[in-house]
Amino acid sequence: MAGTNLAVNEDLKSDTDLQKENIMIQLDGVEKVYRTDRIETVALTNINLSVKEGEFISIMGPSGSGKSTLLNVIGLLDVPTAGSLELSGKPVTSYKDRHLARIRNEEIGFIFQTFHLINDLSVVDNVEIPLLYRKMSNSERRKRALRALDRVGLNSRVHHFPSQLSGGQQQRVAIARAIAGNPRVLLADEPTGNLDSQMGDEILEILKDLNREEKTTVVMVTHDPRQAEKTERIVRLFDGRQVN
Amino acid sequence: MLKNYIKIAFKVFLRRKFFTGISLFAIGFTLMVLMVATAFFDQIFGPFPPEKKLDRTLGIFFLRLKGPNSQSSSPPGYALLDASARNLPGVEKASFFTVPGIAYSYWKGEKIKSFLKRTDGEFWEILEFDFIEGGPYTRDDEHNANFVAVINQSTRKRFFNDESALGRDIEVDGQRFRVVGVVKDVSILRIVPFADIWVPISTSKTDAYRKQLGGGFWAMLLARSAADFSAIKEEYRSRLTQVEFPNPEEFNEATSGAETFFEFISRMASPDQTKNHPGMLLAVIVTLMVVFMILPTVNLVNLNVSRIMERASEIGVRKAFGASSLTLVGQFVVENVLLTLAGGVIGFIGTLLALAGLESSGLIPYAEFYLNYRIFLYGLALAVFFGLLSGVYPAWKMSRLHPVQALKGGSR
Ligand SMILES: Nc1ncnc2c1ncn2[C@@H]1O[C@H](COP(=O)(O)OP(=O)(O)O)[C@@H](O)[C@H]1O
Ligand SMILES: [Mg+2]
Repeated sequence: MAGTNLAVNEDLKSDTDLQKENIMIQLDGVEKVYRTDRIETVALTNINLSVKEGEFISIMGPSGSGKSTLLNVIGLLDVPTAGSLELSGKPVTSYKDRHLARIRNEEIGFIFQTFHLINDLSVVDNVEIPLLYRKMSNSERRKRALRALDRVGLNSRVHHFPSQLSGGQQQRVAIARAIAGNPRVLLADEPTGNLDSQMGDEILEILKDLNREEKTTVVMVTHDPRQAEKTERIVRLFDGRQVN
Repeated sequence: MLKNYIKIAFKVFLRRKFFTGISLFAIGFTLMVLMVATAFFDQIFGPFPPEKKLDRTLGIFFLRLKGPNSQSSSPPGYALLDASARNLPGVEKASFFTVPGIAYSYWKGEKIKSFLKRTDGEFWEILEFDFIEGGPYTRDDEHNANFVAVINQSTRKRFFNDESALGRDIEVDGQRFRVVGVVKDVSILRIVPFADIWVPISTSKTDAYRKQLGGGFWAMLLARSAADFSAIKEEYRSRLTQVEFPNPEEFNEATSGAETFFEFISRMASPDQTKNHPGMLLAVIVTLMVVFMILPTVNLVNLNVSRIMERASEIGVRKAFGASSLTLVGQFVVENVLLTLAGGVIGFIGTLLALAGLESSGLIPYAEFYLNYRIFLYGLALAVFFGLLSGVYPAWKMSRLHPVQALKGGSR
């Protein structure tokens, strides 16, 4: 009797394991409320979302609908007020600074609308940033950074400073930085928002390439319906709620 | 990791030349002033030759005589020292000598001004002078009132144009002395050994000094070890109660003390000079130094806070890509300590120049400042302390920034 029970349980377990293996990001009942003095802003309400490994989805919605907040919660830059979050099948249970820092470093790459490159550092030094917080030799670090820059077609601008580059080039540096550590998830918050449409298309192509060739999961916030159309799935937000 | 912190720091310094320049100047200047002050302090109180045994030497520099109607403060007199400061238990050797006085010589039609000190033979046994030629006079010379003199290098130059002075006569204050030794110059800041010309006490023009309780003399007591200090002080104090006063109508009470030079200075600095307060003087000096450091530190903290807040988005980026708060504190503290160490180097160079300038200006006769290891270590400690003090708070404040806020530019 005990023996059969055990067998059934094992079957069940391997079944859920199989499912979980394919799910990269899982949000259940996520809520985010900002409290400042007397004002309470509900930025996210009851978000349930799962993104499969290797999926490329876009998040759309009007300004102030909670898109950035959602991305920050997924990327562990912000702590949800309620609900739970799993990354590649592992629930995030501890929100201790060091713990989060390690997950961000190993699993996630960020791309921002305003690039957020460090102006004091050269292009290649910027790209090395995620690798600085890992144990590896300087030469290995440099090798990986150069490889990432090569991937975005910027190997000729390695020793330039960000201010010497065009907006499109800067965003490509930012992408190189985001992929330098081979993260499994790329989170892009309006990556083309500050670029003209031609440059924007180039950036989107790079992201699609990465998604196709490296199986990197991509979550991209965008205002541009044309771009959103090119992704596998669109999640729409309105007033902090999912709408479909 | 440290290597990377340093690498990043250098890149940031080079990219922010203006900020780096201002900081370096402020830090360098502050440290320079503190180090020059320390060099002075060391020059006055440190165990330098000829006072190599300062750690087990006491002096008697001060006497207050009190009577029914009057009181007087002065250096002690020979009679008082002779009666009270000889053969103190724990004292290996005692020496009595006059305070340095100005004396004139008329030499080949020129008037030469010198500092003259009359000493006993023990003076040369306790102190370790650097003889260029000849040697000291002895207890016998003092006993027999031989007219012999030790002169310093500068005096030899004035009288003999740098030629050998041994066996030659000089005239000082109307008396003739035969030179038996020439020593290297001693700074005026080392007031116990300092003089241009040293001669035996017994060559004084009159022997009135032998009866005087107050005036004109200091004593130097070489203890077997510093552990004997308190017993020596105690015994000297109790002997003072037995002093015989030749004229009790005038004075009938003597206050004095065997003390270190620092204790003596602290006595002179206190309003009531009957007691020394070395702890208080030290506290005042340390307070002054701290106050002097506060302003540049506060400035540097401000500079650092605004510099770091300017770099809020960098902090946000680093956090987003895996830097923990602790890592960031480390990075910024290392940056700041490096900056202050660089400022320290500038301070050292400035100190060297300032001291060399002081020496060659001749403002302080025969002063010879060395940047010895004490000053070096003190400067290093100051620089690191300064760096931590001005770096830790801004770094801590910065590391508390919420990554999302930081990325937005750090407001709130
Ligand atoms: N730090 C914060 N404090 C208070 N309210 C905030 C904060 N961040 C965002 N909000 C609010 O949360 C809501 C969602 O913001 P956000 O996620 O940035 O929207 P989106 O990216 O879709 O434009 C907005 O109403 C915004 O004002
Ligand atoms: Mg947004």
